[in-house]
Order: sequence, then C-alpha cells, then structure tokens
Amino acid sequence: MPDHDSGANGHVPVLAVTGLRKEFGALVAVDDVSFEIAPSRSLAIVGESGSGKTTIARMITGLERPTKGTITACGRDRSRPARSARDRRRRGGEVQIVFQDPYTSLDPRQTAEQAIDEVLRLHRGWPADRRRARIEQLTDLVGLDARQARALPRALSGGQRQRVAIARALAAEPQILILDESVAALDVSIQAQVLNLLADIRDETSVSYVLISHDLAVVRQLTDAALVMHRGKLVERGPTEQILDDPQHPYTQRLRASVPRPGWKPTRRVPMPRAEMPAAADTVPSPADQEGDLT
Amino acid sequence: MSADVRTTGSEPPPPLLAVDGLTVLLPVEGQQRAVLREVSLQIRQGEAVGLVGESGSGKSMTARAIDRLLPRGAEVQGLIRFEGADVSALSGAALRSYRNRVAMIFQDPRAHVNPVRRIGDFMTEALRTNLGVTAADARQRAADMLSQVGIENGAQRLRQYPHELSGGMLQRVMIAAALLTEPALLLADEPTTALDVTTQAEVMAILDELRRSYGLGMLFITHDLELAAAICDRTIVMYAGQVVEVRQSELLHSDPLHPYTAALAAARPDISQRASRLRAIPGRPLSAFEAPLGECAFAPRCPHARDVCLTAVPELAELDGGQSRCARVAELRGELETADA
Amino acid sequence: MSAAIGIRSGPVAPVRRRGALGLLRSTGVAGMASAAVIAVAAVLAIFGPLLAPYNPELPNLSMAWVGPVGGHLLGFDFEGRDVLSRLLAGAQSSMIGPLAVVAGSMLLGTVIAVIAAWRQGPLDTVISAGLDIVFAFPGILLAVLAAAVFGAGLTAASVALSIAYMPYVARVLRGAAMKERGQPYVAALEVQGASGPSICLRHIVPNMLPLIVAQATIMFGWAMVDLAAISFLGLGVQPPAANWGVMISENQPGILQGYPLPALAAGLAIVAVVIAFNVLGERLFEQAQAARR
Repeated sequence: MPDHDSGANGHVPVLAVTGLRKEFGALVAVDDVSFEIAPSRSLAIVGESGSGKTTIARMITGLERPTKGTITACGRDRSRPARSARDRRRRGGEVQIVFQDPYTSLDPRQTAEQAIDEVLRLHRGWPADRRRARIEQLTDLVGLDARQARALPRALSGGQRQRVAIARALAAEPQILILDESVAALDVSIQAQVLNLLADIRDETSVSYVLISHDLAVVRQLTDAALVMHRGKLVERGPTEQILDDPQHPYTQRLRASVPRPGWKPTRRVPMPRAEMPAAADTVPSPADQEGDLT
Repeated sequence: MSADVRTTGSEPPPPLLAVDGLTVLLPVEGQQRAVLREVSLQIRQGEAVGLVGESGSGKSMTARAIDRLLPRGAEVQGLIRFEGADVSALSGAALRSYRNRVAMIFQDPRAHVNPVRRIGDFMTEALRTNLGVTAADARQRAADMLSQVGIENGAQRLRQYPHELSGGMLQRVMIAAALLTEPALLLADEPTTALDVTTQAEVMAILDELRRSYGLGMLFITHDLELAAAICDRTIVMYAGQVVEVRQSELLHSDPLHPYTAALAAARPDISQRASRLRAIPGRPLSAFEAPLGECAFAPRCPHARDVCLTAVPELAELDGGQSRCARVAELRGELETADA
Repeated sequence: MSAAIGIRSGPVAPVRRRGALGLLRSTGVAGMASAAVIAVAAVLAIFGPLLAPYNPELPNLSMAWVGPVGGHLLGFDFEGRDVLSRLLAGAQSSMIGPLAVVAGSMLLGTVIAVIAAWRQGPLDTVISAGLDIVFAFPGILLAVLAAAVFGAGLTAASVALSIAYMPYVARVLRGAAMKERGQPYVAALEVQGASGPSICLRHIVPNMLPLIVAQATIMFGWAMVDLAAISFLGLGVQPPAANWGVMISENQPGILQGYPLPALAAGLAIVAVVIAFNVLGERLFEQAQAARR
C-alpha cells in the first residue's frame, strides 16, 4: 500500500512500522499494519473501540509486545523488549505518550515539579539547579504557573493535569509523542487550549505526533495524515484532508457521516453512502452488531 | 397522576415540567456550597430541550434535582413542578408514580443495572411492582419494546445478562426500559457520551424517533453543543450553575444571545478545515461556588466584558423568543462570533 | 520560551497540605484517643520495668490474692506479686512480640505482593498457589509446631506467627498493588524507561501506604491476641517473666474463686491496646483514602 505520509524529501522516517500484528489468544487485535512517519509530520490513527488503535500505540511505546512485525523509531529497532536499563531509558527518550485520563495518569503523591524532576534525573545527569531551570522552562511551555507546578494533582483540574502530563512527556525530549485520546476527556473550551498548546509545542520542538483519536475534528486540527482502523485492519489511509473530505472506504464514510453538526439529523441504520464498495470490503460488518463502548 | 388539562383555546396548556428558581447546595468539605443558582426552565408537552454545559455547569445536577436523586445533605430551594404538582412534596406511592412518568436514562448503562439479574427482570420490574402488570404480560411488552429499539429476538434477549450485551445495545435496552412505563418526560443524562460515534448516531436516531412517535418531552443533557442543537427544539446553555441562554436550536449557531455560547461553538475544531489557531476561552469552566459573586460569572473569561458586567449578576432577560443572562446582550446582537463567522 | 502561548489555565483549588499531626487530628476524637492509648502502651513498653513500683517477679505467697490496698492499686496476683507492677513490666514483652510479628509479616507480604503484581503471569500464579498453601496453616498451629521444634519462647512464636500472617497480608496487598500497577501513571513511567524495582519502590508502594498502615495496625491487634493465647498455653513467654497473656493464664483460677482482678486487669490491658490499634488504623485509612482523591 502506498505510504502517503513518508515525507517529500526521502528523509529517514522517524517512525516506521511494518507488518505489525498483535494477537490476544484467538483475538487478532491488530492485523498487518504498516506505515511511516516523516520527521516533524503528524499522523492520526482513527478508529472506534475494538479497532486496534490503542494496541498499536502500546506496541510502539513498548507496553505491549508485537506478535509479528517490526517497529523502528529514530532509526533503531524496538520490536522486542529492551534488554538493558540503558536501552529502556534510551527508548524513553525517543517515544513518549500522553494518556487519555488526566485523573489517573499522574502519581497522586507527586507534584508536577517532582514528576518532571524524576524524568530529568532518569534521562540526564544534570545538577539540581540545571534541572530546576529546565522544569521551569517546561512548565512555562505548557502554560502552568509556579503555584500550579507545585500543586498536587488533586488540586488541579483535568486540563491542568494534562498539561503536567505533556510537560512530563516532553522532559524526555522525545522525537515522537503519542497522544492517546489525550484531549477526549477535556471540556471543549479546555480542549481548544490544549490543542493550541500542542500546535505551539510542535512548532518549537519539531516533535512528531501520533494522535490516537475517534474525534475527527481534532484529527483535522492536529494532523497531516491519517490511518483509519476497523476491527484491527487498516481500511484507509491518506492525507487528513482527503480522508475527511472525500472518504473512500464505506467505514470511513460512515464514520464521517456520524459526526453531529448543525443541520445533521441522525437516521436509523445509517446506510453506506456509496453503493460501490471496493473489494477489500470484507471488513465491512453489518450495522446492527458492531456497536461498541468508548470506554 | 396525569393532569387532564382542558385548554380553553386562548391560553397555552401548563408546561409539562416547570423549574423555578432552583438553587441547590451540597456539602463540600464540610461547607454548604452552591452548585445550582436560580435555575429556571420549562419543558412543554412533547418538546425536546437540550441542556448543554461543561464541567461545573450544573447540568447533571439539574436532572438529578428533577428526578429527586440528589445526594444526602443537599439543600434545595425553589420549585419544581411536574404536570402542575410540586415534585418535592411527593412521597410514597405518588413518588413512585412520578418516577414512572419521568424516566431517566443515564450515561453509563452498566453502572445502573444489576449485573447478576437478567435483562428481562430489570426491564419488567417497574411494570410488575408499580403498575401491577402480570409477569407474562410485562415480558411481552418488554419484548415488543426491544424490537422498537431495534433489538430483534426480544424473548431471547430478555433472558440474557447485561455483560452479554455491548455498550450500545445495553443503552438501547435502557431506552426501552425507560419507555415501558409510558412516561411523559425523558431525562437523558449524556446517554451517548460513552459510546462510539457511529453507535451514538444510531442510538440518537432511535431515541429521537421513539420520542416523537410517543409524543414525549425530553430533557437531553450533553456537553456537545452540536448534538443538542441537532435533535432538540430548544437548547439551554448553562455555566457555573446558572442558565445563561435559552434559544431555538436552529438559531443557536447563527445568532447566539450569550458570549459563552458563541465562544463554546467557536472553540470546537472544525472537521471541514484546520484553523491556524483555535479560539480558546482563557481560564477554565467554574462551578457555581467557584464563580465570583455579585458579577457575571462568565465575565473573567469573556472577551466582551465591560464594567457593567462586574457590577451585578445579570438577570435572565427575554429576547427574540429566547433568553440571555448577559448584561450587554442588546449591544452584542449580531456581533457574537461563532464558528461560521 | 513560549510567551506566545500565555493562556492562563485557570485557578488552582486550594488544598491543605497537612503533616502527620494534621492527619491525626482529622481522625476525630476516637482516633486521637486511640493514639493516646497506643502512645501510653509504647511508653510502657520501653520504660515499664523502670516504672514498676514493686518487684514484678518476686513472689510473696502471704499476700496472694489480696485485693487493692495501700500503694497496690490493683492488688496482688496468685503468687502475691503486685499486679500493677507486673502489668507495667509485662508491657514490654506483650508489645514487642506483636511488633516483631507485624514487621516481619508486613515486610515479607509486601515484597511478595508487589513482585506478584508487577510480574504477573506465571510467576503470579505460582506465588498465589504458594501463599494458599501457607495460608492453610492456622497461626497458632504453626506456633505450637515451632515451640515443639525450637522450644517455647517469644522468638519462636513470633517467627511462626509472622509466617502464618504473611499470606494474608500478601493477598490483601496484592489486590492494591495490581490496581496501582494498572494505572496509566505507572505505564507512563515504564515508557520513560524507569526500571521495575524503582517504580515499585518509589511509586507503587507509597501509593499503597494507607492500606499498609491500616493492615499493620489491625494485625498488631491480632498478633497481640494470638501471642497472648500462645503464652496462655505456656508456649510463649515463660513464667515468672511478666507478660499479659501469661498473667491471664496464671491468674485464671482466681476468676472462679472470686479474685478476678489480676486476670481481668491483664485482659483489659490487651483489649484496650487492640481496640486502640483497630480504631486508629481504620480512621487513618479512611482519612488517607479521602485525601487521595
């Protein structure tokens, strides 16, 4: 399958995944997924529950081990678990992740400063004052003031906690930042702040985002290219505008048609908008039995 | 009790639900704190009203107050009338009857269903105990209702347990269960928030269709402005425990009456184009007890705030068929930017 | 530096950061009273023998069973020894035993629970099975066995009880450890490249602290009762050494003969300390849980 997102100049991709597969017993969560991300470009992995998008994210970060396939980040293979502490730390400096739930992704006993400090001590052998300066830089970058930086998570709102999580992830100076539904649990007005923040961070640090999301508007706002996952299979890929403005696969079309907007009227048994279904449509299930939970 | 109202033709029938000056205080860390402030709203027979807000807006709390599900220690002031009767005065049989007439659909169906009982038991319980329907008859009605929500093989499904159904199916079951007691009003508290977007579309369609065919009123609570505007006739926007705007849904985006509504609509990313920068609202949404007193609760975050906004809490004023709690609403007409601007 | 961002992210909720004293105060009257009782018992455990007004071990049969009189507030026991003095002196062995049991079982149990929760998979299965096997042996039975093999005494009994209690601790803590293990912040640390042991030590165990403390205080009570029972059976602390459990045993005949005070006094001492530990432990746990969220 052609990779629309490998970047124009033939740079070495910052992330390359080939033939990725994950089985949980009899269940195939991810089936033969391949893609590349060029440096500084951002990719969205779109899908609903059971699509395999989160599993892909977990395999890239090393939290889950692929059954088959390879993952190469920053030029180094990470398809198998790290073998030494040094290797683990180095990988931490390449790929980082911000999770969905702001209420459980921070250690309740650590302030923002302490959490970031721990990461700095893990990756750098800097003296205390240099670390302090960097902590201040990072908290400033994510829009937290001194009081918030010294607060425990329980004193912070969801949006503030996500900022801490972002600062902590950036402390490792990763080249790839995986955003696993990182704004999904936030209020709309806060979501907008954090999306602006992420765009600004990208401008400043040239990090590549891998956005795992079910929210197509957020995908539009933040990414250049997108992959659409359904039941573990990659059903469509391409530049984000193209996927959203002119979806080809029936599932993508259905996804696009389900988004509420002014003038939208939900109709029962949303029919597949285009009659001609491509041959690879063996993944298109009937509407009735594919409902899933988002949680 | 259902009000047998005979209209004379010259006056409109009394509203199905009338909330007047509802103020709710909850004990938070030992102190009574306001979570709702002077909330007033009305729902007419057969009307779908959306209730939209972010965290701390009080939207869920309003639904709970209406259904008398507030936590212990809650202090309630103001009046809630359903079909003319004061809801807080109900008890015993009258209260149970009220709960049959006002059905609530919750966000997470799994949290509201007993996992060790079958679907059939759960669905028929209210019918059997409150309305004296025989078990066989109740099961038949339940199976019929399941097919109305698009679940085939009703009889078989009734014998299943909740864990055997997906989230979307379970929510449909909850809708069916709610409709079985022939309510006059549905309170839907974020019924599709926990579902996939394609499932949401399906469940919303079913809810909308059935509501219309049974002529039910609905209070639809959500954080999604677009969703509320799509299926509700009127939309109410709440902020910091107060109603800040009431508007005809089709006018909500094109001609909002409150800066918060406009800002909320504008803050959302657009699926059809990328914005160079989203119009974020500075600060964060506040609860009623966090908002500054004696001034407009939204003023600290409002791009249109002036001195007049800081002198007193603005009244909820009627305007052009809608309502707005903005001190400068007249001046700002036509100027409030939305996503379309 | 991104001055361009400059969007205020909103106010911070005020949170009272309270130290140990604040935590104690928040446990209420019952909690503080319990803490006071425990403090007294601890002081006695250290200084008891010095505080005893009369010799706790010297018998004086002519005064046997005599009730409270003069400077002897609690009267005399079956061998004519001052009961109050024996109570004070006995605090030491009565408290140290349970302390050792708690320390041993909690330490061992925590380590095993955290390892099982961290590694999961087959190791967890093996550990759980092992725990079930040890669990099948009642504490007192193991103590009797230990006494038979190593001779009677506080050490053997304490070690035996430690081993007997350990599976229970491990079971309870394993649940909490697994919950922490599954939290996203642990995953975030793993992705950072932090090692398993450091995450367990610096993050998982501290977040289990409320449960650990609650468990420890409750177990202190059990250990105290079990050790008293073992001493009562003659397999723990040996007479003439002062020990509350032994005192109940040796003065037991007095209850039926109309001289209940010596045995009762020792029994009440045990009950008071055990209740104090239970109440305080429960309150601390509640407070810590509430504070966390």
